[in-house]
Amino acid sequence: MDIELRNIHKFYGPVHANRGIDLTVQAGTIHGILGENGAGKSTLMKILAGAVPKSDGEILLDGRSVTLAHPAEASRWGIGMLYQDPLDFPPMTVLENFMVGRPRHPKRSARHWAETLAGLCVDFGFRLDPEAPLESLTLGERQQLELLRLLSLGSRLLILDEPTTGISSEQKELLFRALRRLAHDGKTVLLVSHKLEDVENLCGRVTVLRQGRVCGTLEAPFHARDILSLMFGNPPAPPQKTRRTFSERTLEFRGVSGLGGRAGLRDATATFRKGEVVGLAGLEGSGQGVFLRLAAGLQPPVHGTIRLFGNDVTGSDYHVFRRRGVAFVPEGRLEEGLIAGLTLTEHFALAACEPRLCVPWEAARRTAQERVDRFRIRGGPETTVDALSGGNQQRLLLSLIPPEASVLLLEQPTRGLDVESSTWVWEHLLRRADAGATIVFSSAELDEILMTADRVLVFFNGRILLDVKAEDAHPDLLVSAIAGRVSL
Amino acid sequence: MVALGGASPLEAYRHILAGSLGSWAKITQVLRVWVPLTLCSLGLLYTFQIGLWNIGVEGQVVLGAVGATALVRWGLGAPPHWVIPAALVGAVLCGGLWALAAGVLKTHAGVNEIFAGLGLNFVATGLLLWLIFGPWKQPGIASMSGTETFPQSYWFPTAGGWAVSPEAVVAVSALLGMVAWSLRATRLGLALKAIGRNDQAAFLLGLSPPRWMLLAMMLAGGLAGLAGAYQVLAVYHRLIPNISSQYGYLALLVVMLAGFRWQGIPFIAFFFAALNVGSIQLPMMLRMDSSLAGVIQGSLVLAALAVQGMAWRRRTAS
Repeated sequence: MDIELRNIHKFYGPVHANRGIDLTVQAGTIHGILGENGAGKSTLMKILAGAVPKSDGEILLDGRSVTLAHPAEASRWGIGMLYQDPLDFPPMTVLENFMVGRPRHPKRSARHWAETLAGLCVDFGFRLDPEAPLESLTLGERQQLELLRLLSLGSRLLILDEPTTGISSEQKELLFRALRRLAHDGKTVLLVSHKLEDVENLCGRVTVLRQGRVCGTLEAPFHARDILSLMFGNPPAPPQKTRRTFSERTLEFRGVSGLGGRAGLRDATATFRKGEVVGLAGLEGSGQGVFLRLAAGLQPPVHGTIRLFGNDVTGSDYHVFRRRGVAFVPEGRLEEGLIAGLTLTEHFALAACEPRLCVPWEAARRTAQERVDRFRIRGGPETTVDALSGGNQQRLLLSLIPPEASVLLLEQPTRGLDVESSTWVWEHLLRRADAGATIVFSSAELDEILMTADRVLVFFNGRILLDVKAEDAHPDLLVSAIAGRVSL
Repeated sequence: MVALGGASPLEAYRHILAGSLGSWAKITQVLRVWVPLTLCSLGLLYTFQIGLWNIGVEGQVVLGAVGATALVRWGLGAPPHWVIPAALVGAVLCGGLWALAAGVLKTHAGVNEIFAGLGLNFVATGLLLWLIFGPWKQPGIASMSGTETFPQSYWFPTAGGWAVSPEAVVAVSALLGMVAWSLRATRLGLALKAIGRNDQAAFLLGLSPPRWMLLAMMLAGGLAGLAGAYQVLAVYHRLIPNISSQYGYLALLVVMLAGFRWQGIPFIAFFFAALNVGSIQLPMMLRMDSSLAGVIQGSLVLAALAVQGMAWRRRTAS
């Protein structure tokens, strides 16, 4: 099936997730869709699968314009999507899951479908016991089942969202073999991933999305550098910074491992000093998030020690870290950082944390007004935080950091902000660094890291692969470290 | 439904109205129900504010009643002006600790507070029945009619001819004001509101959600315990199997219909109390079963919820 997307737009409220995407995919090919988290690739795929409606644009299948209002309609057109977490029913058996979602057919019994399933399994070399409860299957096996189910429904376009996350390498081999064969049979495969090796292995063409737009299409053979420069933009040469030296240690990681994220964090050792700005680079979920959360005391490490100003704080909880001067600004502003429905004043009253019976509303209102002016937040003390724009929410979060905090940990501090807000955020953060704060932040934008950081740590698959001063961090070096190709 | 029962619905409503508000004496009877119902509802404000479903009010009322009974029995012979306040304090503590048990199960063992509360309700009922038929049974016989009636000097004082003591009504009104004030002006209110809306963010801002959850549970349990003490000291003057009169569950409805805000609670509680008292008329006047009052109550609640839901949808749509 040939697919053509013309000028697809998608708005989620004020968020413009897809900004005029054009994409052509030919039948019988495996086409990769690459992009960082938030680039708009999942949204685009869900539009194609009928799971979310598009705001504007046109979808052509084999030259015919179609509306895909819901997944069942997409399925009738032969589009099947394999989600990262397969949408199946764990309490039911493999066979029952296989039979779900098909039109009733009077002559086809469970036995018929069992035979179909067995036949398909033989074809693709999968081993699935039809009577086994789904719960007993590994993620890879559930994926295989879902793939067969979509094929038996007559899918001619298969969309796979991050299919190689969480499955074994044998399962990955089986899956790739199956996908190559399907493409050979004339089916179309769209592979969403941010793993370069999957794409290089499998795809004939790849389209890279960035911030809701297509920023380039490449043909095999690919060069990692080309792909990454499309994904991250062309990193400018680092500005000539004054060489500063930092001496006083603030935060130290010694052989720290932790759980969470895609890869967890393994054996991380790093030292941060007073006044230093350190950027954490890497593909989404390579360990930066876990690193920041461990550094904030939000989760305990599995191994290793964490020190703050020379004191061992391993295993202490967040409140201890906070009292010792650590501030954490999460990526999800309204999900984790702010309380929707509460006003600015209420936030400042909460953050003041005074052990008094009555809330000093008047003082809180004054603080709020003062911070609104100083941080140029567009809103007033009585505005609820969910009515603020993303940029203003970020300013509010920064203004909520206690003035005495000396280690600032920030997840993607400028994600989704316009240029003016980003510039403002960094002016503010760099001023705090000049005043002696240690700033550690993760970012998906290499330019941001190179422009602001004194030092860069590159994460790959849960490990710190590179720890360099910004002036030694050539963009090529960073890019190959992000792709996991650097020999130490 | 009433029409199906063979009576005119309008007639039924008229009798309910007359039976509850027809005379001053009737109104004091309604207030006698209003007092414990409002107490339970006020406590629930705290738990709803922090996002907890304290289904265990019922058990907390029972424990309050048990605590008050225990103290009065223990203090028989002592001056009533010592015993009655002690019984009230004891009831608050018992109710609060019972709620704390549900809270600890939630915060430290990860048990959903709804299940913990329901489970503890059964335990409380079991305890109550055991006391009535066991250690506290009337001399010679154990019966559903409850424990021995307290000497009159240990009853909660009432004004002449009234079914309710004016002091209780005043005290509950004062508590209403205090709860409203604490939710609006104190750190408690702010913390509960913040945690109820986003515990993750509240945690990052420096609060300890589990501690506040336990405090909210204790406050709710304490007020429910007070309601239990009222049932024992002022209404039945003894411990009976149905000491809670299901006010715990009814209070959940009251708070929901009040939109989880204190302003509506006294009125909605009064409405339910009136329905409760007024429906006693139905069997006498229309030869209908008084359980039909439950049907009327239920239909009204559903209708109110439907109207609220529709209003909410219209608001979100616009």
